Amino acid sequence: MTAHQTITAPEAADTEMMSGAEIVVRSLLDQGVEVLFGYPGGAVLPIYDALFAEPRLRHILVRHEQGATHAAEGYARSTGKPGVVLVTSGPGATNAVTGIVDALMDSIPLVVITGQVATHLIGTDAFQECDTIGITRSITKHNYLVKNVDDLPRIMHEAFHIATSGRPGPVVIDIPKDVQFGKAAYQGPQAVTHAHDYRPQVKGDAGRIAEAVTLIAQSRRPILYTGGGVINAGPRAAKLLREFAELTGAPVTSTLMGLGAFPAADPKWLGMLGMHGSFEANHAMHDCDVMVALGARFDDRVTGRLDAFAPTSRKIHVDIDASSIGKNVRCDVGIVGDAASVLEDMIAAWKSMRLSVDKTALAEWWKQIEVWRARDCFAYTPDSKLIKPQQAVERLYHHAKDKDVYITTEVGQHQMWAAQYFRFEDPNRWMTSGGLGTMGYGLPAAVGVQIAHPDSLVIDIAGDASVQMTMQEMATAIQYDLPIKIFILNNEWMGMVRQWQQLLHGERYSHSYSESLPDFVKMAEAFGAVGLRAEHPGELDDKIAEMISVRRPVLFDCRVTKEENCFPMIPSGKAHNEMILAQEARDLGSIIDEAGKRLV
Amino acid sequence: MPDPQPASVYDLDHKAEVENLATFAVLVDNEPGVLHRLVGLFAARGYNIESLTVAETDRNAHTSRVTIVTRGTPHVLGQIEAQLEKMVSTRHVQDVTRDPNGLERELALVKVKSLGAERVEALRVADIFRARVIDTTHESFVFEITGAPNKIDKFAELMRPLGLVELSRTGVLSITRGADAL
Repeated sequence: MTAHQTITAPEAADTEMMSGAEIVVRSLLDQGVEVLFGYPGGAVLPIYDALFAEPRLRHILVRHEQGATHAAEGYARSTGKPGVVLVTSGPGATNAVTGIVDALMDSIPLVVITGQVATHLIGTDAFQECDTIGITRSITKHNYLVKNVDDLPRIMHEAFHIATSGRPGPVVIDIPKDVQFGKAAYQGPQAVTHAHDYRPQVKGDAGRIAEAVTLIAQSRRPILYTGGGVINAGPRAAKLLREFAELTGAPVTSTLMGLGAFPAADPKWLGMLGMHGSFEANHAMHDCDVMVALGARFDDRVTGRLDAFAPTSRKIHVDIDASSIGKNVRCDVGIVGDAASVLEDMIAAWKSMRLSVDKTALAEWWKQIEVWRARDCFAYTPDSKLIKPQQAVERLYHHAKDKDVYITTEVGQHQMWAAQYFRFEDPNRWMTSGGLGTMGYGLPAAVGVQIAHPDSLVIDIAGDASVQMTMQEMATAIQYDLPIKIFILNNEWMGMVRQWQQLLHGERYSHSYSESLPDFVKMAEAFGAVGLRAEHPGELDDKIAEMISVRRPVLFDCRVTKEENCFPMIPSGKAHNEMILAQEARDLGSIIDEAGKRLV
Repeated sequence: MPDPQPASVYDLDHKAEVENLATFAVLVDNEPGVLHRLVGLFAARGYNIESLTVAETDRNAHTSRVTIVTRGTPHVLGQIEAQLEKMVSTRHVQDVTRDPNGLERELALVKVKSLGAERVEALRVADIFRARVIDTTHESFVFEITGAPNKIDKFAELMRPLGLVELSRTGVLSITRGADAL
């Protein structure tokens, strides 16, 4: 090879000298970024200066950096594109930490750019200095400290590649202020040479796939257990899941993260599984003989007691992250790969091997499932004077279901009621903090979703405690004219904490009651939003209709019964088939043993 | 004997699982923070590190070779391997223990303080183990010894009654026999 063959002539634009700040902005544009969520400060001022001159990038000014990360998560989850965050050094970075962990736990692609003090000041306890790279090392998929502006184009493009490929996750790029001022030659996404050889395995092993489909064909009681991985694999994966369920006739359940991958209207849908999942889903999981886990990670909220988890089953586990396979639960067939790619290959193998299911056995299985379904585990008793929280979500669903609707939630009882009573037919419509369980996620996430889908109906199903954690983002919604609907199930308690104290701690309600709540209607008005309140079942429908019809941000104070518990429930330390229904839940404290109480 | 193909994973006999030592050779991108990331992965999950060696091995490719000796049940060792592979900075992971062609070597410096017959005996043992004397005074030797970790254990054990006062070990290095490279 001669020397000139090794040098490819880069395009003229790619050799342009730019400042570090300009490189950041240009890289974002070249990555197809349209929106970023951020908050300025001393150590990112050069980048903000470069943004000032760039009309193609829309910057959404949040009110707290945690809000920026959750908004970026909402944006990412509802679009499938990476979310981008820009914050300053020190407190800017530390405030973003919660959202970064949240994105790691729920596998959300984020690129978080943090400012840093100038390189010669690092380590001197300079003003607004913190060890961002040290703090975020264990909470990111990868992170970078850019010490040399020449590395910046490569790192910017590599960060997007890492955040979005394989198991998605957050990537932090910490850029010292002098690097933002420094000059370097810009290189585009195609021109840079990545320092990391990061190529996650997408295609599943053909032999294991053949083994898996054979096992499914031989099964008498199959079940598909799907998770957020199916959503992350894109809409194609959700389509393929429907096809595969049709082919095998197997029932489908999903984790909290996977809701929407399979249509709730399909008769094969059993509802969510796990601690507050449906009776039929949990019993079917317990009694199945072949379980196909697709992009789900056997979380403790899903499995319940591990040594009694689906004891008679053989398990097939498909996951893009090899470390998830066999981590909590041992599996018989582990397939590393992308959910869409593996589903496609499984369907092809099923067809080419001319496999079929045992129709008689499957009919028996469905007969049993219908018996469980007939228990009607989500039944509740409405009250003539007070609004039940379940009823509130049910009515909200009734009014919103025919609209182009996106739902976010905070964390707690309302989140579980939302998962139980709101039904999803499509992926990317449901945004909730599953792994980390971050109270305060839903409101800023709704901001991000509404930015991506300005004409859609975006509702945050919230709790009165959670919503106060990131309430200031209402001002963001007002500033950008985002008609988000914050539907607060207000019971004046930290409901899930209260529920556990009632059931597990002898009704000692230690610090879980909100002695003073703001007047949410007046608060809405103070922000410049619309405040609505419903106190009686009779006015619920009209008020919800009003909330939906208003083209402005709404805070909806839905006063619900104060001491309602979230059922069904698998008590801590119990198995799937030891689920408690609402009518059986008189004295849960005596059902859970001491070992169970120690579990979270 | 546990059933090799039980009907369910729960029929596997977990109690029969014993903790084993394992040596992983990991090729990583040599960049700031990579060692912290790798060690953090062990610390965060409560895994043990018995020994750790790291040095840049390819200056042009900016890669370092890390050799980690750890201990765990087969399940934990599987997780460690998967977690090491998951790091973005990781190029290759090799379980040297499971490889029949795996070679392991360690270097140790051993200070022995003794007089008279013990001093003579120390020198004799060192000769048998092919340890070299790299420093001496009238009352001490410093030996340099290379070998598999258990050879060094054995040497130290023999030297202890002969006046061993200080031991410094590099930790395990590994490579495989034959022409194939990591």
